[in-house]
Amino acid sequence: MGRITLDKVTKSFGEVQVIPPLDLTIEDGEFVVFVGPSGCGKSTLLRLIAGLEDVTSGEIRIDGRNATETPPARRGLAMVFQSYALYPHMSVRKNIAFPLRMAGLEKAEQDRRVVEAAKVLNLTDYLDRRPGQLSGGQRQRVAIGRAIVREPAAFLFDEPLSNLDAALRVGMRLEISELHERLKTTMIYVTHDQVEAMTMADKIVVLRAGNIEQVGSPLDLYHTPRNLFVAGFIGSPKMNLINGNAAKQHGASTIGVRPEHLRIVPEGGLWTGTVGVSEHLGSDTFLHVHDTGLADVITVRAEGEVGLRHGDTIHLTPREDKVHRFDEQGGRVA
Amino acid sequence: MARAASPRRRAAISVLAWIVALLIFFPILWTVLTSFKTEAEAVADPPSFVAFDWTLENYFVVQERSDYFRHFWNSVVISIGSTIIGLAIAVPAAWAMAFVPGKQTKNVLMWMLSTKMLPPVGVLVPIYLIFRDVGLLDTRVGLVIVLTLINLPIIVWMLYTYFREIPGDILEAARMDGANLRSEVLYVLLPMALPGIASTFLLNVILAWNEAFWTLNLTAANSAPLTAFIASYSSPEGLFYAKLSAASTMAIAPILILGWFSQKQLVRGLTFGAVK
Repeated sequence: MGRITLDKVTKSFGEVQVIPPLDLTIEDGEFVVFVGPSGCGKSTLLRLIAGLEDVTSGEIRIDGRNATETPPARRGLAMVFQSYALYPHMSVRKNIAFPLRMAGLEKAEQDRRVVEAAKVLNLTDYLDRRPGQLSGGQRQRVAIGRAIVREPAAFLFDEPLSNLDAALRVGMRLEISELHERLKTTMIYVTHDQVEAMTMADKIVVLRAGNIEQVGSPLDLYHTPRNLFVAGFIGSPKMNLINGNAAKQHGASTIGVRPEHLRIVPEGGLWTGTVGVSEHLGSDTFLHVHDTGLADVITVRAEGEVGLRHGDTIHLTPREDKVHRFDEQGGRVA
Repeated sequence: MARAASPRRRAAISVLAWIVALLIFFPILWTVLTSFKTEAEAVADPPSFVAFDWTLENYFVVQERSDYFRHFWNSVVISIGSTIIGLAIAVPAAWAMAFVPGKQTKNVLMWMLSTKMLPPVGVLVPIYLIFRDVGLLDTRVGLVIVLTLINLPIIVWMLYTYFREIPGDILEAARMDGANLRSEVLYVLLPMALPGIASTFLLNVILAWNEAFWTLNLTAANSAPLTAFIASYSSPEGLFYAKLSAASTMAIAPILILGWFSQKQLVRGLTFGAVK
C-alpha cells in the first residue's frame, strides 16, 4: 500500500515560503511525476514527503496514518538520489543489503533478497565490487536495488537520470517504467525534463514557485493545458504562443498552437513567413519560421522531409480545433 | 600547461631542498650522535662527527638512574588516552557543526580556535590550584584531562573539515534506509571519514606526546611522561650532555618512528579535500 496525502502542506526557509499551502493526493500504485523548472519546489516537496525536511505547517498522511512527525527511517519509503548516494566503502552487496540490515532481518533472508534484486537489475556479476568500480548506469541500478529490497510503500526518485548520458537515460527510463509495471508500487518521480514526465507518468504534477499549476495525465496536459505556463512547459518542441491581432481574431488574449498542428500550404494560408533554420530529423522536420508578424519565431513540425530552404516563403494554417485560447490572466478559455 | 624546468635548475632545487632538510634535521642527528659519546667527547672542542668511541653506556646509565619504561608508559597512556577521549567528544560536536549548522556555528568554531591563542601560562595558576584541591596533581588522569581539553579545538576543527567533505546525500540515504542516528554515524559517517579520523588521531597523539608545558608543571614523580624525563637531565650542575642526549633520543624515538611510518596517512589526511 502506498497512498500519500498532502493536506495544506507549507514549507518556509526562514522568511521565504517556498511551498504555499498545497493539497495533493497520490493514489496507491500510481506513477506520479513532479515536473517544473529549477527552483519550483519539486525537490523540496519530495523531501517533505521523505521526511528529510520538516513541514512548516499542514499534514502528510501515508496510508491514512499521520506521518508528519515520523522520522524518515520509519515512513516506509525508499529514495533514489540524483547523486546515487551509494556507500562508497561498502560492496554492492552490502549497499543493497544495508536497509535490510537496518531493519534487523536475518542474514539468510538478507542474502536471498539481495541476490533476487541483483538478478532483476542485472547486477549479479558486480555484487562484490565497490561503487567506485561501476559505471554511472550500474551505480544507478545499485541505488534502485537498495530501494526495492525493502519493499517500501512508495519509491521516491529525485532526478535520478540527470547524471547519465542521453543514451543511458532513455534505457534507464524504460527500466524504471518496467519496474513500476512489475512492482505496481507507488512511485513519485521528480524531474525538470518534461519528456521524462510525459513518457513515464500516470499523473503529472506541474509546479511553479511551489504552486501546483495543473495535475493530470500526460495527455490531459498536452491536450488541455490549464494555463499558459503549462502550455509552454509541456510538449517538445514548445507550443507557439501568439499575441495581438491573430489572437483577437480567435477571441483570446493569447493563442497557442503546437508545432505539429500547423499545416504548410502551397499558397494562401492564414499566416505567411520566411523559413529560417530547418532541423532534419529524418522522420520529422522542424522549421523555424520568421517574419510572420505573430512572434519572433514560429516552430513548425512537418512529417518527413520538406523541400523548403533557408529564405523561402512559407504559408501556414493552424488546425482550428487544435488552437488553445488563453485570457489576459493566462488562464484557458474553454 | 606543465612548466618545464631545465635539468640544471632542477638539480639546483634538489640541492637546496637537501640543504634545508639537513639543516632542519641536524639538531636531532647531533643529539643522536652525542648520545653515543662519552661525556668528555660530548663537549670536546673541536667536536668529532663520527670518529669517536661509540658507547651505549649513557643508555644504561639513564635507564638505571630513572626508569625509562615507566615514563614511556605514562606518555603512552596520556597521549593515547587524551586523544581517544578527545575524539569521543569531538565526533558528535563536529557532526553537529558539519551537518546541522546553526547561525552561530562559525562563531563557535572561531571561539574554540581562539582558546588556542591564549598563552597557557595565563591559566596555569588557576588550573594548578584546582588540580591541587581536587587531588589531580601528578596523576595520569589529571594530565589526560588537561591534554584532552587543550587539543579538543584542533580535533574538532580537523573532524569538522573532513565531515564537510562527505556528501549530505549519503547520510540522508542512510536515514531513508532506516538507519537511526547511531547507525548513521557508526556505519556510514565514521567509515567514510576514517582517513581523516586516522590522521587526526596520529597528529593528536604526536601533539600530546610532545606537550611539555603542562606535563612539566603538573607532574612530579608518579605520572611524569617522557618530556619530564628529558627535563630531569638538564641539570644546572655537572656535565650531562651525553646522558641528556641519550634520554632525548629515547624519548623522541617512539614518536619519530610512528610519524615515519604514518607519514603517508598524515599527509593524505592533512591535505584531504584540498584536491578533488
